Amino acid sequence: MEKTTSPTTEHQVRLKISDLNFFYGPKQAVFGLNLNIPTNRITALIGPSGCGKSTFLRTLNRMNETIRNTRVEGAVLLDGQDILKMDVVGLRRRVGMVFQRPNPFPKSIYDNVAYGLRINGFKGRLDDLVEKSLRRAALWEEVKDYLKKSAFALSGGQQQRLCIARALAVDPEVLLLDEPCSALDPVTTAKIEELMFQLKDSCTMAIVTHNMQQAARASDYTAFMLDGKLIEHTETSKLFTTPKDPRTEAYITGRFG
Amino acid sequence: MSRARLFWRKAVNNVMLTLTGVAALGVVSVLFLILGYLIWNGGASLNLNFFTQLPKPVGETGGGMANAIVGSLKLLFLAAIMGLPVGLMAGVYLAEFGGKTFSFVIRYTTDLLNGVPSIVIGIFAYSLVVLPVKHFSTLAGGVALAVMVIPITVRSTEEFLRAVPGNMREAAMALGASKWKTIATVVLPAASGGILTGMLLSLARVAGETAPLLFTAFSNRFWSQGWEQPIASLPVMIYTYAIAPYDDWHRQAWAAGLVLLGLVLVSNLGARFILARTKAV
Repeated sequence: MEKTTSPTTEHQVRLKISDLNFFYGPKQAVFGLNLNIPTNRITALIGPSGCGKSTFLRTLNRMNETIRNTRVEGAVLLDGQDILKMDVVGLRRRVGMVFQRPNPFPKSIYDNVAYGLRINGFKGRLDDLVEKSLRRAALWEEVKDYLKKSAFALSGGQQQRLCIARALAVDPEVLLLDEPCSALDPVTTAKIEELMFQLKDSCTMAIVTHNMQQAARASDYTAFMLDGKLIEHTETSKLFTTPKDPRTEAYITGRFG
Repeated sequence: MSRARLFWRKAVNNVMLTLTGVAALGVVSVLFLILGYLIWNGGASLNLNFFTQLPKPVGETGGGMANAIVGSLKLLFLAAIMGLPVGLMAGVYLAEFGGKTFSFVIRYTTDLLNGVPSIVIGIFAYSLVVLPVKHFSTLAGGVALAVMVIPITVRSTEEFLRAVPGNMREAAMALGASKWKTIATVVLPAASGGILTGMLLSLARVAGETAPLLFTAFSNRFWSQGWEQPIASLPVMIYTYAIAPYDDWHRQAWAAGLVLLGLVLVSNLGARFILARTKAV
């Protein structure tokens, strides 16, 4: 990767990943990855299935630790602190995550949003924060009269925005989105993308996506991964118009993947 | 394809359909036959006295089995407070924490325990609780039933916990919940309807057990105070009354059978109701 295209020079860096290797048992899934994720920008991770982009994303809040027999090498710095040495609870409060399939809890809409606050021992006015989080996730107007209803009564798109609201409630600095729109229709997808755009003021986002139009539309920077390695990382407009690496070009023009 | 072959296929299809259908019908009719028979024979003896009075001495007609009904409930209560928590926690361990080998051992042992004949469990409780104090007791009967409740609860709890989607656990963990917090605040509530159903069914299952009570709780023709005395229970009463040579006692045994079946039926329906309600959330 050339230094001139690195976002480091233009923006503050929220997450600095250096020489990251990841192993599922003996099988290596991420190879010597170096990447800077700039503050309050959206970074898209693209690449063919199985290239390690989701695995990589899940190392950023140490979700992979829930899988047996995995190993991480290298360093991930969040505002200069190594996340691998942090208390995992504190880390996940600062680095939130939204998953591929909407996964609300079988609780009321209100309780879903309040969950993160409650388990972190929040002592304050829950109502205000629940409303604020739902507003930030652009869901408040649709659900404000049904807060006590089960989250399962919502549509798929609403559920995903609820999951975003739930993640936002603990006010994370970083939001990781693992293919958040892959189970949603185009209209709902557009809503989520608009929402991400609004969140940019207050939140750093990294999104894994299979949808290249989405990466092109919604992100500021794009990283292309192949076989567990980072191939190219630059401003989205540059990556999609003048890719440096022939493999990137082959992928974004649909010649493989 | 030849016509003969086609005909043959159709014939086999019809025969199998009939056979499976008859078998299914047989299963259902057995239950209704039992129920009908119980009502036919015991229905007449089932009156208010049956639920409120003590058994009458031989020769006198009438009387009831109030002590046995309360006795069965007391025994089930003991089985519940001793067996259910252990079963629940072991189930949580198996579904959420256990490694491969140790879990396999526990699961296998649980299945074996489930298959141990109930009379053997009775002997176990006899030597554990009855022999040291040298008398039958409610407590001993409760222990015997608790031992039977545990394996059923373990497996049903495990099943229902495993049915909770993994992505819900991930969601909780991603919000900073520890493993135990995730289980306590998300997984267990999500599975609570199923777990409760499993518990009710396990109690319903042991409510009709006779063998483990014969030499633990024994029986009692009077009210049993506290937990130290022998106590009457519906299944043991049925056993005693059914083999006695008096027609009136036979009728009462049928009535007791009807009450017992009613108890099991009600708890089954209750379990279904709970499950349906929690699924709707």
